[in-house]
Amino acid sequence: MKNCLIIFFLSSFLFTQSDQMSANDIMKAIDKNLNADSRVITSKMVIKGRRNSRTIESKNWIVGTELAFTEYLSPPREAGTKMLKIGEKLYTYSPQTDRVIQISGHMLRQSVMGSDMSYNDMMEDRPIEQLYKATLEGSIKIDDRDHYIITLEAKVKGLSYPKRKSWVDKEYLLPTKEELYAKSGKLLKTASLHEIKKIDGRWFPSKFIYRDELKRNSRGTEWIINDIQFNKKIPDSRFSKALLRK
Amino acid sequence: MIKFLAKGLIRDRSRSLFPLLTIIITVTLVIFGIGFMEGAMNNFLQSTAVISSGHVKVVTKAYEKESSQLPNDLALFETNKIIQNLSDLYPNYFWTPRITFGGLLDTPNEDGDTKEQGPVFGIGIDFHSKTSRQIEIWELEKYLLHGNLPKNTNDALISTKLAKQLSVNVGSTVTLISTTMDNAFTTYNFEITGIFNLNKGQVDRQMMLVDISGARQALGMEGAASEILGYHQSLYYNDNEATSMRNDFNLTISDSITKVLRDEASYDALSYMNGWNMISDIEKRKLPRQRTDALSDNQMYDNNEDWEDLSVEDPAIYAPTMIALRDASQLASMVDFSNVAMGVMAGIFLVIVTIVLWNMGLMNGLRRYGEFGLRLAIGESKSQVYRSMIIEALLIGFVGTLLGTILGVSLTYYVQENGIDYSEAINQMSSDMVLPNVFYAKVTSELYYIGFIPGVLATVLGAMLAGFAIYKREMSQLFKELES
Repeated sequence: MKNCLIIFFLSSFLFTQSDQMSANDIMKAIDKNLNADSRVITSKMVIKGRRNSRTIESKNWIVGTELAFTEYLSPPREAGTKMLKIGEKLYTYSPQTDRVIQISGHMLRQSVMGSDMSYNDMMEDRPIEQLYKATLEGSIKIDDRDHYIITLEAKVKGLSYPKRKSWVDKEYLLPTKEELYAKSGKLLKTASLHEIKKIDGRWFPSKFIYRDELKRNSRGTEWIINDIQFNKKIPDSRFSKALLRK
Repeated sequence: MIKFLAKGLIRDRSRSLFPLLTIIITVTLVIFGIGFMEGAMNNFLQSTAVISSGHVKVVTKAYEKESSQLPNDLALFETNKIIQNLSDLYPNYFWTPRITFGGLLDTPNEDGDTKEQGPVFGIGIDFHSKTSRQIEIWELEKYLLHGNLPKNTNDALISTKLAKQLSVNVGSTVTLISTTMDNAFTTYNFEITGIFNLNKGQVDRQMMLVDISGARQALGMEGAASEILGYHQSLYYNDNEATSMRNDFNLTISDSITKVLRDEASYDALSYMNGWNMISDIEKRKLPRQRTDALSDNQMYDNNEDWEDLSVEDPAIYAPTMIALRDASQLASMVDFSNVAMGVMAGIFLVIVTIVLWNMGLMNGLRRYGEFGLRLAIGESKSQVYRSMIIEALLIGFVGTLLGTILGVSLTYYVQENGIDYSEAINQMSSDMVLPNVFYAKVTSELYYIGFIPGVLATVLGAMLAGFAIYKREMSQLFKELES
């Protein structure tokens, strides 16, 4: 009986702890799931354009927010095109022109291959805890799953989305739905995470759906992760301009 | 009688030379003024038609709505078939596909790195088709300053201003950085084969002209085009004809395709030809006659609210629609205003000249009252004097108008061929309108007869008015005026 009481009190204490996570704890938990020192991703983007849908396959090597390398694998028109991001600089190479061209930094906020995702959406990986100050707004049930509602305000300058509102699944501790805002409060994008699986001991979505709310009649872009490796050692040579031509 | 009067006129220069010179000068001015105004307006409209709007153009409804953003994802597909349809329906016009695109033009240094980069406004036109008249209407042989016209798919012409900005010459390779019709990032190399100056102010400052096949390759637009432009075979813009053609097309063919595409409600049907092919041949033959009274009052253009409902789910947004030159670039009010203004200006000019010549005829008659008194004294009747006076005015008016018309038409023709250069003034204007640097006059059929209104009519009317006084005066009074 005594043991039962101890187990009851312990479990109720633990339950209370989980249900009353602070906003900072939620951010840390999200970062733990989504962030890594480095990532190597093979993915495909299904871009639902105004007239047709296209699928683009690519492989990305990403280290933090500063370094990213993308090689497009298909369709044939895009295959062989490579992009290198070093800080705020973006270089692109296409086999048709056989030239490496530097694109101005503002392109990083532009659409990737006509999708609803920006280069920053695809290529950046930095813990949100370092970028935002979070406020816990409450809880809600979505599709019979408990979610926290948190709002994030940028604490550093120059972010693509200075304000965010996230619905964080209490079990996975992942933002299954997000609204991304400009500083003015204008809704720029919505994102949702699907098909969440356990990968390398963390919950990670296999599918992201982005929708650019500024695009008239946008039908959204699905970003499907075929393969992802976390914290894999990526040699520095991967992020050299010379590799673009190879 | 006429021979006698003509001899009198030649021998008495005070009666013939000054009036003749006045009539020649004024008729020449009338003819040249009207010819120049006609020509200048036509130059302006033709420049706009060549560079941006055609006399009419066909685009998708969605493209029309967002045209300022050059939305090539909303382009027309299967353009060859559409052009064939349009040529069959409107044989007085020739039709040509066009792709307009924006982007950056990047020039490499010796190592292949970026040397210069600048914004570019590209136009893909049909250089190579056998039936194409693009080189003729763009007058590229005249405006090409260096190099040659494009021969290959990846050949390009750029303006002198852009060439200077990017420090490139004929033979340089430049890389276009742009987006495909799927909005994907793209780069494409063009070789500069020629440098042009369109002499149309700032309009060509970022312009690159490529063959449409090159634009299609660069932007992934195989078989597609942003617009199909139509020009009257004579290259002369007729606003009424263009407007009526636009109404015909939009209220019959375009609407029919829209209905078919909506009924089909399938993404496979998102093309003009699918829509067109689903209309039976019998229906097609009926189409041009289907315009109803209810639709003929242009309500489609007044009802903008309909366009707010355009949704990506609506296949009809890809149905073609026709736009007349007056609809493009907010030219409607300008076309209307210029038509009225030209009429008013020509009218005022004509009235002033008529008054001058009338006055001249009047003065000429009054000056000769003494002579009339003498002629009456020696037995000529008042009506004989009056008649001879009018015949003299008629002779002077006719000869003066004839010479003035020859001189005026010659001068107009000279300015039609050589133009008047306003480069300095136009280059200082930062207007979005396509203004030509050189204005050319236009010899029209009306110039051959318009001079006779002031030249003959006004002179004769002046003489008639002056001579009318002969009947009101007594012979003694006329003699008295002779003494003084």
